[in-house]
Amino acid sequence: MKTLKFGEISRVEGEGSVTLHKNGDQLESVELRIFEPPRFFEAFLQGRDFSEVPDITARICGICPIAYQVSCSLAIERAFGMEVSPEIESLRRLIYCGEWIKSHALHIHLLHLPDFFGFADGIEMSRVYPEEILRGLRIKKAGNRLMEAVGGRAVHPINLRVGGFASAPEPRVLQELVPTLDAALEDAIAAVHWVARIEFPHFEPETPYVAMVHESEYPIHQGKLASSEGTVWTDEEFESSIAEIQVPHSNSLHYRLDGKSYQVGPLARFNLNRERLTPIAHQLASKVFEHGPIRNPFKSVLVRAIETVFALEESLKLIANYVPPELSLIVANPRAAVGRGCSEAPRGICFHSYELAADGSVVRANIVPPTSQNLACIEDDLKSWASEFLDSDELQFECERMVRNFDPCISCATHFLRIREGNEV
Amino acid sequence: MNAQPYRPTLAVWKLASCDGCQLTLLDCEDDLLEIAGAVTIAHFPEATSNKQPGPYDISLVEGSVANPATAALVQQIRSESKVVVAIGACATSGGVQALRNFADVEAYKSSVYPYPEWIEATPDCLPVSSFVKVDYELRGCPISAKQLLEFLRAVLSGEKPRFPTYSVCTECKLRGVTCLAVSRGESCMGPITQAGCGALCPGFNRGCYGCFGPCEEANVEAYKKLAGAHDAVRRLKMIVTNFETPKGATQ
Ligand code: SF4
Repeated sequence: MKTLKFGEISRVEGEGSVTLHKNGDQLESVELRIFEPPRFFEAFLQGRDFSEVPDITARICGICPIAYQVSCSLAIERAFGMEVSPEIESLRRLIYCGEWIKSHALHIHLLHLPDFFGFADGIEMSRVYPEEILRGLRIKKAGNRLMEAVGGRAVHPINLRVGGFASAPEPRVLQELVPTLDAALEDAIAAVHWVARIEFPHFEPETPYVAMVHESEYPIHQGKLASSEGTVWTDEEFESSIAEIQVPHSNSLHYRLDGKSYQVGPLARFNLNRERLTPIAHQLASKVFEHGPIRNPFKSVLVRAIETVFALEESLKLIANYVPPELSLIVANPRAAVGRGCSEAPRGICFHSYELAADGSVVRANIVPPTSQNLACIEDDLKSWASEFLDSDELQFECERMVRNFDPCISCATHFLRIREGNEV
Repeated sequence: MNAQPYRPTLAVWKLASCDGCQLTLLDCEDDLLEIAGAVTIAHFPEATSNKQPGPYDISLVEGSVANPATAALVQQIRSESKVVVAIGACATSGGVQALRNFADVEAYKSSVYPYPEWIEATPDCLPVSSFVKVDYELRGCPISAKQLLEFLRAVLSGEKPRFPTYSVCTECKLRGVTCLAVSRGESCMGPITQAGCGALCPGFNRGCYGCFGPCEEANVEAYKKLAGAHDAVRRLKMIVTNFETPKGATQ
């Protein structure tokens, strides 16, 4: 048995590396090692007041703080029986669009595209493709401006609270964003056409996809959970169907659904909700993709580009229809209860569940970030992909780019792990 | 004759953190390519596959020391860098994950992981300055992009960077934001928190929760008396945990 250990994977959020175990010329197993130190969020959330949970959980991830703030607020509001107004919901969806735009634009242009064009990074790539990279940066900036207008800042916004917003933005503030978002939409459409010209490697693994689904909209902040195999779960059912597994090479837990690995994120969302994309995004999807599910993880870059168009169209629509909520923040009446909440982070479903005490403090927190759910699937895909390159000089690069297809957020994966009783698996 | 001007080498490192501070650097869209032109980015794994060995002129360090590997890494960074800059609440105070310093980390491990013995974590989560000499500190959770750019411009042109040492209250006054504590009796950490955010939270109608850490003359006892309420005192240990032990160390 021979073990090949590669160094830290670059251009991902957080710290991980790939290790291969070879037996002769056969690849026995693959490990995505996660060595980022654990941060024990779920443990120190115990005893904190419900109102502090959005600010604390945001710090799990600087790239997708809105996902954490929205999922935990939904869970806590359900536990306390609070109903926020449709205006508050729209405002949440709006800032969430900002997070998708920013996160997708960052991953596509600075982290992922360099793999397809043979550059070390986006900055190096900008010397050969200045227009294309600058266009990506403009799209990202539009997402940031949207997050700042609604949330106060782009990393760890301060305006989102359990029950709504500390203050609702003035319509004028959102109106002023329209030209920037319009221009970003043009840019994002051009980016789809450009990314579609890439010759993608052929790779079509079979895996179940899991995403939220909603009857009338592309899912972000509401809906049920569903799989490509036809299962539909409520939040309660989902929590009891997923099993966590601790593996020795990782500071993040792995997850399985009904015993199988599964994939969350852009491909899963797209495959389950393609028909509910906004008009331009839908049209672009029909142009660049054949019918049927997209299984090739390399093409996730193109799905992200299409979802960016969707998020821009959607934000423009939400701004056009914006009416400030009469009451931006509704009052919580704490009670002892359990609540669950789920939303679609840029990288896939971000599931939260809290048990709260009558005084509003957290008794138990369980947070299931998207990347932890994808780890088992990434290892499966890595194994089949790496087997093709065992004798190649490009083996390490091919492994790394497979991992980057999933835009893993390793910081997320190590920040949230389930509270257990006892030490049994 | 055509000698290229020397471009200082910049390294960006990550310890236990959320990546938000590094992202703030990537979020300086308009200035990103300009910065990239003024320095050689020698080590920045989140952004590039290029890795050059040290020594480095400037090292920006995000995150806190939380396990034996990160403790070893800060020593390496110090020995390879001329200037070490701790960026963000994690690196300058321990950050939100330092909440574990007030609990038993062994109990945490077994409450989160079925096989706690596989997990390496030190009992305390500490700022970089608990281990090595730090030349500059940029506060905030996340750091402010404006401060970061001002800082980089200053060091690159050989000037001494300056940061405000006054409190968020001063920023509220400068912006003309009505004081939430006075007008509504809301608990606000503005009086004891260092400026830098531009009075962001009060401007959005909520009390400050202390992302930028204690300001120079923070009177924490007075804050406690004034705020009184339990939640205000609890907030002294939230995103930044060193208001009562400003040196950050709980060794
Ligand atoms: S200081 Fe805050 S934003 Fe910066 S890395 Fe730490 S948690 Fe993230």
